[in-house]
Amino acid sequence: MAFALDEQQEMIAETAAAFFAENATSERTRAAMASGIDRDLWRAYCRELGFGGLMVPEDLGGAGLGHVELAIVAEQAGRTLAAIPLLGHAMATAALLASDDRAAIDAHLPAMVAGDRIVAAGERGGEGLLVPHAAQCDLLLLLGEGGAHLIAARAATIEPMKSLDETRPLARVHASAGDPLPGGAAPCEAARAAGVLCLAAEALGGAQEALDRTVAFAQEREQFGRPVGSFQAYKHRLADRAVEIEQARSAVWWAACALDERHETRALALHAAKSFCADTYLRVAGDMIQLHGGIGFTWEHDAHLFFKRARAIANMLGDGPHHRERVARIMLDEAA
Amino acid sequence: MKLGFSDMEEAFRRECASWLEDQMAGEFADIRGIANLVDKPERRKAWERRLAEHRYSCIGWPIAWGGRDATLNEQVIFAEEYARAGAPNRLNHMGVELLGPTLLALGSSEQKARFLPAIAEGTAIWCQGYSEPGAGSDLAAIRTRARRDGDEWVIEGQKIWTSLAQFADMIFVLARTEDGTRGREGLSFLLVDLDQPGIAIRPIRQINGEAEFNEVFFDGARCPVENMVGAEGEGWTVSTTLLSFERGISTLGQQMQFRNELDAVIAGAKRNGKAADPVFRQRLAEAEIGLRLMRYGALRMLADGKGGALAGAALTYKIQWASWRRALGELAMDVLGQEGEVAPADAEAWPLLTNLYLYSRADTIYGGTNQIQRNLIAERGLGLPREPRGNA
Repeated sequence: MAFALDEQQEMIAETAAAFFAENATSERTRAAMASGIDRDLWRAYCRELGFGGLMVPEDLGGAGLGHVELAIVAEQAGRTLAAIPLLGHAMATAALLASDDRAAIDAHLPAMVAGDRIVAAGERGGEGLLVPHAAQCDLLLLLGEGGAHLIAARAATIEPMKSLDETRPLARVHASAGDPLPGGAAPCEAARAAGVLCLAAEALGGAQEALDRTVAFAQEREQFGRPVGSFQAYKHRLADRAVEIEQARSAVWWAACALDERHETRALALHAAKSFCADTYLRVAGDMIQLHGGIGFTWEHDAHLFFKRARAIANMLGDGPHHRERVARIMLDEAA
Repeated sequence: MKLGFSDMEEAFRRECASWLEDQMAGEFADIRGIANLVDKPERRKAWERRLAEHRYSCIGWPIAWGGRDATLNEQVIFAEEYARAGAPNRLNHMGVELLGPTLLALGSSEQKARFLPAIAEGTAIWCQGYSEPGAGSDLAAIRTRARRDGDEWVIEGQKIWTSLAQFADMIFVLARTEDGTRGREGLSFLLVDLDQPGIAIRPIRQINGEAEFNEVFFDGARCPVENMVGAEGEGWTVSTTLLSFERGISTLGQQMQFRNELDAVIAGAKRNGKAADPVFRQRLAEAEIGLRLMRYGALRMLADGKGGALAGAALTYKIQWASWRRALGELAMDVLGQEGEVAPADAEAWPLLTNLYLYSRADTIYGGTNQIQRNLIAERGLGLPREPRGNA
């Protein structure tokens, strides 16, 4: 056992970090906010970087990597708030592979891997169905009681919404369920696991970036004749957030490893990772605004983009109380 | 990146578990599950010797010094099984986990030969003489002095919060050996026999009624000059090396004890129905998540290979576990309600969870308070500017 990234994983992390830092700049993300997706970035991600088939087996034209690698890449995408449909892509890839439905795989996966087919994924809940990137997608993956449904976007009624997180806008979806993907509950479970992990890793990356930028500001900004970061009121708050981020990183790695190894703790790990990482991101992004003072409240500063992304992540695929209740059921040995 | 252990490691786990179970179910059943540090010291000294007889007292040490040269993973496994078996807290934690590794790293060959065997054999119990009444968070403000008298150092001063001094044979002391120095300069690291006329030990009664900490008074206490570890005036470096071992393997065992405590809270909540209350369920889940993340954080820290380097997970670990455990103590009392406030009239000690509630208030103080931890994380981890210092 070595609970650390191996050499290849380190390389993937560095490659992804460099790619997003160079390409997913604040300017490009803001430019993409009008349309909802930075399509050039997504194509480059899928083709040039070759990550469109990250988790797709090699005999199907993919890289044959696992959840650990997905988490590594999603963390870097989240760090830069990249306006790409990674979430739906990861969920649909997982659902298709778990379904083992050759016709559906042949029909969709090659185009998805090439970055030519965009998938939006959502979970049917209580009220109407709000799905990120639904207004931009070609294909919808809808999870629900009856299984995982893959539906052509044109076969659904999709109403674009003004969205808090414009880097991943929501749309209201009305769609009648046809036949679900075969494979019983497996496609749904695989998609939910990939989605939850993706969101938790994104939250980790976003929280880390929000902390790093706030620390940099606190080192430069002077008041009372000294850097504001030399005051304990700043230090202690930033230190608390750093502690949470370290835990969030443990949570993401645990969940990713547990999925790849089919470890007995994988359900627990996913619920823990989603709730803990989303909460961490919410706090760090909130503190980012507070500790920047007035400038952090301006549209021009990126703080609000992190703040809004954090809120969106917290609400997607089950909120904190939901996931903690699931943890409670597991730890109290209650039937799910 | 990997979660699981290898087949060979799992075999080692079974071997340790079965030996520990035999001991704890048999000859040492009377000290099984002791959660505090002060009960039955003589029996626990016997237990230290039993561990040594079977080469389990310091498995990470080199074979030549009584260890097993165990790998990091084997040490993790042993620490986990040790705690799972309900074996009592190690009376010689300071010797085995802190001083031993420090001597292996920095001690002279003569010092190793003189002090390591007795630690490995469980016949010399050690305690730590760092804090003083005027040197708590600001540890470098140490005033205990040692002056040279022929072949000996003569020590004057006072240490405080010295855990287990009342049971220990030896103490390692940070003392000022150079007049006129301040702060980290001019300190030296001395190994001192506690059994001598120049030393007086006074236990300090704590909020849980027990006395695990002591004041140790040095009034002309002596040690031979060859008992100095590292060079004269280099004591601060030695002491920080020693503290870096504190964030080592033993944390994994400590977490098994936390597991037992959380399980007791869960059992209490099931018994009185609070496990069905949505508010309590959320808090129980938070505690479970926190404990699991502690485990994976510790495994990351160990896999880092820097053995206690103050970075990332290692830097944040102390405040993480201390805060978690204090919160668990609060949750325990909220779960138990008034039943948590009482014990039978003739009880000598508080039951596990009441004691946890009280004792955990110390966790966020000793070994660097939460406030000091935050300063360290901010300054060393995040690179924020240091707080301007006073002139005292």
